[in-house]
Amino acid sequence: MRFGVVVFPASNCDMDTYHVVDQVLGHPVSYIWHREQNLDGFDCVILPGGFAYGDYLRAGAIARFAPIMESLPAFAGRGGLVLGICNGFQVLLEAGLLPGAMRRNDSLQFRCRDVLLRVENVRTPFTNRYRTGEVIRMPIAHGEGNYYADPETLAELEREGRIVFRYCSAAGEILPAANPNGALGNIAGICNRRGNVLGLMPHPERCSESILGNTDGLGIWQSILHWWGAAREQEAVRNV
Amino acid sequence: MFEARIYVTLKEGILDPQGKAVKGGLANMGYQGVADVRVGKFLVLTLDSPDRRQAEQLVREMCDRLLANPVIEDYTFEVQEASS
Repeated sequence: MRFGVVVFPASNCDMDTYHVVDQVLGHPVSYIWHREQNLDGFDCVILPGGFAYGDYLRAGAIARFAPIMESLPAFAGRGGLVLGICNGFQVLLEAGLLPGAMRRNDSLQFRCRDVLLRVENVRTPFTNRYRTGEVIRMPIAHGEGNYYADPETLAELEREGRIVFRYCSAAGEILPAANPNGALGNIAGICNRRGNVLGLMPHPERCSESILGNTDGLGIWQSILHWWGAAREQEAVRNV
Repeated sequence: MFEARIYVTLKEGILDPQGKAVKGGLANMGYQGVADVRVGKFLVLTLDSPDRRQAEQLVREMCDRLLANPVIEDYTFEVQEASS
C-alpha cells in the first residue's frame, strides 16, 4: 500500500507521519510537495499537522487553494483514502471535503496534552481495528479545534454515523469536562459520507510506538492496512 | 485605483471566545457598561479595477471564496476610489 504525506509550507508533523508509515508500518511512503498535482499511484494521502501557510487568515484557508488540493477531490472520488490530522483536518474543512468549520478553542488557549476519545464508528477504513465505544488516549496540540457545524449538518453527521471520535471521560461518557476546546457534541473526528475521508484533531502519529509510551494510535494505521488488504482481496475475487 | 475596506465578523450566534475575553478584560478595567464584544477582521485591498462595479464584484467573489468562511462568518465591505 502506497502512502503520500503532503508537505505545505509550515507543515510540521510531516516527518513524524512519514516515520510511522515507513518505520512502524514498513510501507512505501513519499512526501508530496504542495505544488504537485499528480496523485497517481497513491492509495492513501495524509494531510499532516502543522500551520500550513502560517494559518494566516484562518487555519487551512490558504492551504486549501494549493495545487495539490485541486487533485484531492478526484482522488477521494476514485475511492482513495484521505486522512487529515489536526491542521490537515482544518484544511479538509476549508476545502469542503468535510462539512463544518473550526473556531478558536473556547478557552482561547493552545491545548497540548493527552485526551481520551470514544471510538463511535468502527465501520470506516480508519477505525475497523477498534471496538465500538472503545476509549483510547491520544495527544492533541491545537488552538483551533472548536468544531462547529449548523444544526442540520450536525444532525446529518449524527444520523449517518459520521462522527467517528468524540472527547470523553475515562468511563467513556461524553461530558463537557472532557471537552478540551468547546467542539459541538465533543466532536474530535468526522468522515465523509463514503467513509474514505477522515479528519481528526488528535495526533495518531504521536502515539503509535511503545517507546513513546502510548500505542493507542496504531489502530488507525492497522485499520487502513486491514481495509486495503480486504479491498484488494475483493478485487482479486472479482477478477477471477 | 479603488480601495476596498472589508469587515469579516463571526455570524450572529457563533460563540466568540476572543470577544468574551476582551469583554472580561474591559470589565476588569472598570468598564461595566459593555453588553457585548465581538472580534472580527478588517482587510484593506487596493484594486486596479476599471470601475467601481467591477471592483465590488471582485471583492464579493474574493470574500466568498477565501476572505470569509461562510460556515461561521459574515462580511461587509465598502469600495472607494483611492487617491493614488
